[in-house]
Amino acid sequence: MADASIIACPHCDLLQRIPEVEPGAAVRCPRCDKELWRHRRDSFNRTFALTVAAIILYIVANTVPMLGLNAVGREAFTTVTGGAEKLWINGHQIVAVLVLFTAVISPALQIGFLFLILIGCARRRPPAWVGLLLRHINFTRTWSMIEVMLLGVLVSLTKIAEYATVIPGFALFCLFALVFLLAAMQSCFDPHEVWSRVEWAEEEARNIQ
Amino acid sequence: MSTSTPTAMKEGLQCCEACGLLSHPASGAEEGRCPRCDEELVFRKKDSLQRTIAYLVAASICYIPANFLPVMTTITSAGRESDTIMQGVVLLWSPTGWPLSLIVLFASIMIPSAKIAGLLYLVISVKRGSIRNNIQKNRLYRMIDIIGRWSMVDVFVDTFTVALIQLQPLMSVEPGPGLLFFAAVVVFTMMAVDSFDPRLIWDSASSTETEKEVQHA
Repeated sequence: MADASIIACPHCDLLQRIPEVEPGAAVRCPRCDKELWRHRRDSFNRTFALTVAAIILYIVANTVPMLGLNAVGREAFTTVTGGAEKLWINGHQIVAVLVLFTAVISPALQIGFLFLILIGCARRRPPAWVGLLLRHINFTRTWSMIEVMLLGVLVSLTKIAEYATVIPGFALFCLFALVFLLAAMQSCFDPHEVWSRVEWAEEEARNIQ
Repeated sequence: MSTSTPTAMKEGLQCCEACGLLSHPASGAEEGRCPRCDEELVFRKKDSLQRTIAYLVAASICYIPANFLPVMTTITSAGRESDTIMQGVVLLWSPTGWPLSLIVLFASIMIPSAKIAGLLYLVISVKRGSIRNNIQKNRLYRMIDIIGRWSMVDVFVDTFTVALIQLQPLMSVEPGPGLLFFAAVVVFTMMAVDSFDPRLIWDSASSTETEKEVQHA
């Protein structure tokens, strides 16, 4: 397998050669229509800029209040973590952990992994730990559900608005922006490029291949 | 097709699930690992169908209490009132709130059942070696993968409603026992999607092709 441009489609196992395409164009599997690769323009710099912005927004979104409520002269505020904490106190530990994992931990890992990968890629030959992080980035992506959480917040706002005055917190707007940043960050990122440069786990195998 | 379609498995190559590198399987009893990224190498996901079915069964079992047990209990001075997911949908229905009501109905009731039914269809068609509409089956798999996460919506709705409405003694909201089962349905179906190997859809297509070729020869 001397030719690195030959790949197997991950969804139907068809062996094929990835052709050179214009920037912005995508390569699809002729058999099952799975998108195999997209030629991104200036992938590295754009992803890096978006990732830095995402880090800042993430920190703000998780420190300031997200939702407030004003009823009968009383005010209550909550953050994302505060929501999970309330569930824990109410005896729903498992669901609390799930909420914390999908709304707080996974997004942090997703952004953090990508940031470290990009830093590692600044070297001509990215070290093997970059590969280790890249190997797990799909997992963090699957379980990072900020967009789903925002929809849930919107629904619960509508429910609560019947009983009390709802005060949207600054974090809510940050999270809204973060959803778009995360999507843009993922679509600018080109894992193929990183894989082609990364240092192999078994470096001697590289020369044989 | 006159010539057989070349797949990695037929050529004796293993495609790394993480980085996509093709390599020859390790010889001997030693477990194969990708030389580039150190991921475990297999031709097809291990026990893919059995694991998918197991998760689907678990999800279907949890689906029943998830829909019949209350997910939320509202405590007011007038007493306690428990709502299931469906009752929550009905409560949201109002001249202004109906779009959100539809979203919750779609995300919490239709998506989980559609996911279970869709994956079951894929598993059965692979077991029967059916090769009809393979492209549509792959699309179905990708769609299940993309929309599946949205069924988490109701878990978040309940989380933040509970977190905010704590106006004791006037009014407070507690999570109900249905919430755990509902969260379990979401997690189990996501794991079922992850266990299913879409390449299996095409394997029988490749093998019938080879049989035909043998007959021609």
